[in-house]
Amino acid sequence: MTGGTLHDRAAVVGVGETSYLRGSKDSALALQLQASLTAIRDAGLEPGDIDGIIPVGITGAPAEEYIANFGLTDLRFSAVVPHGGASGIGALQAAAAAVSAGIAKHVLVPAGRNVSSGDKAGVRIHQMPQFRLVTEFEKPAGAIAPAQLYAPMARRHMELYGTTSRQFGEIAVSTREHAALHGNAVMTKPITIDDHQSSRLIADPFRLLDCSLESDGGAAFVVSSPERARDLAQPVVSLAGIAMGHPDSPSSITQRPDLTKVGIAKAAPIAWGVAGLGPGDVDVAEIYDCFTYVVLCQLEDMGFCAKGEGGPFVEGGRLRLGGALPTNTHGGLLSQGHMLGMNHIVEAVRQLRGNAGRAQVDGAQVAIATGYGDMGDGGLAVLTRGAR
Amino acid sequence: MSDDLSTGYWDGARRGALVLQRCTACGHVRHYPTLLCPVCHSDGVEPLEACGRGTVHSWTVAHHAFDPAFADDLPYTLVTVDVEEGPRVLARLEPDTAGLQIGRPVTIGFAPGAGGVPVPLARPA
Repeated sequence: MTGGTLHDRAAVVGVGETSYLRGSKDSALALQLQASLTAIRDAGLEPGDIDGIIPVGITGAPAEEYIANFGLTDLRFSAVVPHGGASGIGALQAAAAAVSAGIAKHVLVPAGRNVSSGDKAGVRIHQMPQFRLVTEFEKPAGAIAPAQLYAPMARRHMELYGTTSRQFGEIAVSTREHAALHGNAVMTKPITIDDHQSSRLIADPFRLLDCSLESDGGAAFVVSSPERARDLAQPVVSLAGIAMGHPDSPSSITQRPDLTKVGIAKAAPIAWGVAGLGPGDVDVAEIYDCFTYVVLCQLEDMGFCAKGEGGPFVEGGRLRLGGALPTNTHGGLLSQGHMLGMNHIVEAVRQLRGNAGRAQVDGAQVAIATGYGDMGDGGLAVLTRGAR
Repeated sequence: MSDDLSTGYWDGARRGALVLQRCTACGHVRHYPTLLCPVCHSDGVEPLEACGRGTVHSWTVAHHAFDPAFADDLPYTLVTVDVEEGPRVLARLEPDTAGLQIGRPVTIGFAPGAGGVPVPLARPA
């Protein structure tokens, strides 16, 4: 077993989220604080119990804002996880390491954003230092936003393996179906494959319904040791295994030796090994879905199917509730809202507690949540109901 | 826009040539500019003018302008080109052709883009 020190050494004890919507009147900080209070109280804790904070996302307020607003006097751990949409999983890993090492008792991981009134992704990424070469060399040609940067990855997959736009559509349709069941989602109107096929092209092969939502909201979770988790308010959700990986050529997709392979390809074998579990054990999957193709690609890179077989794999209702691998039961970034993958972690925990409402997977014992960000950083968390 | 590392590239681009970096220790050709050779970690570097030939590695057609500066260009085609020297270059493709596919031979030059910045321009070979 590689890197096995975090096997069942941490638990997610509290989760919280706000409504997901567009045009929120609340600031990013207000949304972060709302979600954080919900998560802390969900765990049966009070804000003063928090002694570790890992803010997530470039709109994340620094730990100092939580110290001030919660009146904290004894913060013992804080970290920065600059992995874009993989930051939620990166923060879960860092929080687990902190509670496992005894540095902190209860680590809060908050996120929240009000992007519908702020800068869009096509502006924000060019403010980030890790993308300075993309900004200098690719933006002048008109490659500006993630849709345009990721589209060649999807196009190459289609040409190499025969993957089709309708297969991407299957991911969009099943995700929307789940958003409607879940309820707290920006988009709940059912869609069909034909709706997907007739939605306008954004960056070929990505159509509008292949792209995630710019939305507002907050989400948060609290991580504690398994021993403390047993004394708190909720059924124990244990972190069985976790790992992070970075793609070769970390920020410039164009310079990557294999455009179809991303960071989670390195992380997944480690996370599975630490957990002592594999793809065949997963009851419910919450897979980062900034674009439909990115779900398909991660399924391959996590070993649910071989490279190139993601297209046929997602067909036939496999990803739907009642299918073999219910995926993105909350509606994901595609239909629920874009919360940097934090909402994937919240949903995985709810599923394992058995309180995911109409989107519940019966008897879910093993859930995964993935992160994907900064043009290919990837993380996989394997969560279980109780320790195994 | 440019710094010392990028000066060779941008000087070349203004006269229509693709200038890459070559490690003077091991010969590895790299793009985009870095301080160290990622293979042997030498900081010895010299400019290398590419031959201008390559093949399409992948592509996309932009139908939505994420920056108003590109709205008048829509739709436009972006290609990732494997240049003969090894690295890849992101370029505009003209003319925009329906039969575009991976492996198609192209030549690389430069043309003024938004704001007059020289942008790599691929044409079918």
